[in-house]
Amino acid sequence: MAEQEKELRELAVYKYGFRDEDARYEFVVPKGLSKEVVEAISHYKGEPDWMRKIRLQALEIFFRKPLPTWGADLSELNFDEITYYAAPTKAKFRSWDEVPEYIKRTYERLGIPEAERKFLAGVGAQYDSEVVYHRVREDLERLGVIFLDMDTAVREYPDLVKEYFGTVIPPTDNKFAALNTAVWSGGSFVYVPAGVHVEMPLQAYFRINAENIGQFERTLIIAEEGSFVHYIEGCTAPIYSTNSLHSAVVELIAKPGATIRYTTLQNWSHNVYNLVTKRGVAYEDAKIIWVDANIGSKVTMKYPCVYMVGKGARGEVLSVAFASNGQHQDAGAKMIHAAPYTTSVITSKSISVFGGRATYRGMVKVYPGCKGAKVNVRCDALLLDEISRTDTYPVMEIEEEEVEVAHEATVSKIGEEQLFYLQSRGLTDDQAVKMIVNGFFRDFAKELPMEYAVEFTRLIELQLEGSVG
Amino acid sequence: MSEVLEIRNLRVAVEGREILKGVNLVVPKGEVHAMMGPNGSGKSTLAQTLMGHPRYEVLEGEVLWKGQNILELSPDERAKLGLFLAFQYPVEIPGVILGNFLHIAYQAVKGKEIPIGQFNRLLMQKLRLLDMDTSFIGRSLNEGFSGGEKKRCEILQLAVLEPEFAVMDETDSGLDIDAVRIVANAVNAVYEQSGKQMGFLIITHYSRILRYIKPLHKVHVMMDGRVVLSGGPELAEELEEKGYDWLEEKLKAEGVLA
Repeated sequence: MAEQEKELRELAVYKYGFRDEDARYEFVVPKGLSKEVVEAISHYKGEPDWMRKIRLQALEIFFRKPLPTWGADLSELNFDEITYYAAPTKAKFRSWDEVPEYIKRTYERLGIPEAERKFLAGVGAQYDSEVVYHRVREDLERLGVIFLDMDTAVREYPDLVKEYFGTVIPPTDNKFAALNTAVWSGGSFVYVPAGVHVEMPLQAYFRINAENIGQFERTLIIAEEGSFVHYIEGCTAPIYSTNSLHSAVVELIAKPGATIRYTTLQNWSHNVYNLVTKRGVAYEDAKIIWVDANIGSKVTMKYPCVYMVGKGARGEVLSVAFASNGQHQDAGAKMIHAAPYTTSVITSKSISVFGGRATYRGMVKVYPGCKGAKVNVRCDALLLDEISRTDTYPVMEIEEEEVEVAHEATVSKIGEEQLFYLQSRGLTDDQAVKMIVNGFFRDFAKELPMEYAVEFTRLIELQLEGSVG
Repeated sequence: MSEVLEIRNLRVAVEGREILKGVNLVVPKGEVHAMMGPNGSGKSTLAQTLMGHPRYEVLEGEVLWKGQNILELSPDERAKLGLFLAFQYPVEIPGVILGNFLHIAYQAVKGKEIPIGQFNRLLMQKLRLLDMDTSFIGRSLNEGFSGGEKKRCEILQLAVLEPEFAVMDETDSGLDIDAVRIVANAVNAVYEQSGKQMGFLIITHYSRILRYIKPLHKVHVMMDGRVVLSGGPELAEELEEKGYDWLEEKLKAEGVLA
């Protein structure tokens, strides 16, 4: 009874916490990780041999590599208790009418088909391990834009996938990149031909439904010379008392003069370990912008990275984190300057409340010879009470003299004076806190498309209500 | 009987030190009163206590307004009862857009929803009343405002929220004479707009702002945590001329001050 009440209370705060009781799976591997499991995934997918080999090599690397000794506490993460692959259906649909009813219902509750009709150029929807729906507008298809789930891309565009897969984030990069490479499933493959501007965003929506499951999507975006693309991802999961694991790998390649904007609205339920590796390579005058909001999850470790390898390349990370009761948001950015006149901008904002913990972890490296490089790092942390925590770990390795570096970090406690001021204008304590928090995140919300900005603000307010009440 | 704000034997401590030592004061609605006094006499403590700042500890006394002892109410409840405080040092709240803030505050104190379009018309009318630029309302609340802008922002809030009783805490401090006149004219305009129904308590160190406040019904003087003298507008002129020291000596000689 008490359990049920607790669940209802959580649902009131986290409205995506529902689960499909009548979900059916076509294929599920046994719990735990082994060569047999990896073989089974590859076999079920009917993959070419080269991909199977990549997986098996990565699995060995995974077994060899230790867990990171820094960052969040991962001691409760039990790799043996996780189911690494669960496919609701092998089929991928191009019309919502064909999608199995229970899955369609989930996405309707999440508002995806409606958003697609209104303002998206393409949508991919992943349910546990497999992408069930994928569609891109026909006019973009005619321009040569490819927007597919990664599994289909392996079959239909093997040359492109072989050329770029794992080149930005090799399996040797870290334990979770190795894990993802071994058991990856789903994710998006985006190819934008030279000079093509995809004006409306492409969106992928990731949903975990089963208990104790791992979701390992793999995304690869290639923007050819002078092209532009904006990719948005959202993620939610039901509330379970046991842990789930989400470990994605996202690789971006921005050719000369191209721009890739990658927006994440991470809102996993509070039982998900979110351990993600995201990195992009920006060639001459190319631009990569990571816009990254971490609201949900139990533990997040995520540091979107840009390698600036061409003259005049630019990398930006706008990262916000909201850490509440039982959450540790360990987020930040990594900027590698490997060419002259490159520019990086990191803006990080975090809020800790109700015993939550937010960490900024950042790394900026400027290699010798990168004359005229510009680095700008700004981290603001806001603490809403006495029991919450915030830490900042900025690392800078500047090996070139002719650079401009600016770094600013602030930690503030929500002020008695600010609260009193707003209350003296008739706002209740809760209203005043919400207003200060929304103000703190305003610059970030402005970077989101309007529909997402509204959703972001609403999510933060719901989280605050959950914390206060 | 007309409505009054009545302060009875108010004793207030800050961090264990008694600042207000028994303040008695009556300001009827529809009247504009000034509270003068030297630095450290307790003027700002009175202002903050009237609005309910949590750091000010009430030791004794009552503040009666609309049949209630408002000292028992939270700051937002006091605002909803029609009280307003113009701050001496308004805080900056980054990212909170003044126009949005005013809309939410307006709905909070009025206890009803008002569509944004309708509210914006009201806002424009108030900006015209105060001869203020519209660009103001798109800025972050007090962030990067000059001293004068902050004070004018307080006046704008006063005009928009239409309280029944306003305490102006040294709104003239730190302003040059032109800015003081602008602030005084704005207070006069807001008073007129209320149909001369509002009550004002204007707290100030100097008499110069009072010269422009029309009408000015009464002037009180606070020293050492008490109201020691009350009179008409001429009292402000006399203090301007002779200074607080003169009054202090006089009151000591009379045995009013220890």
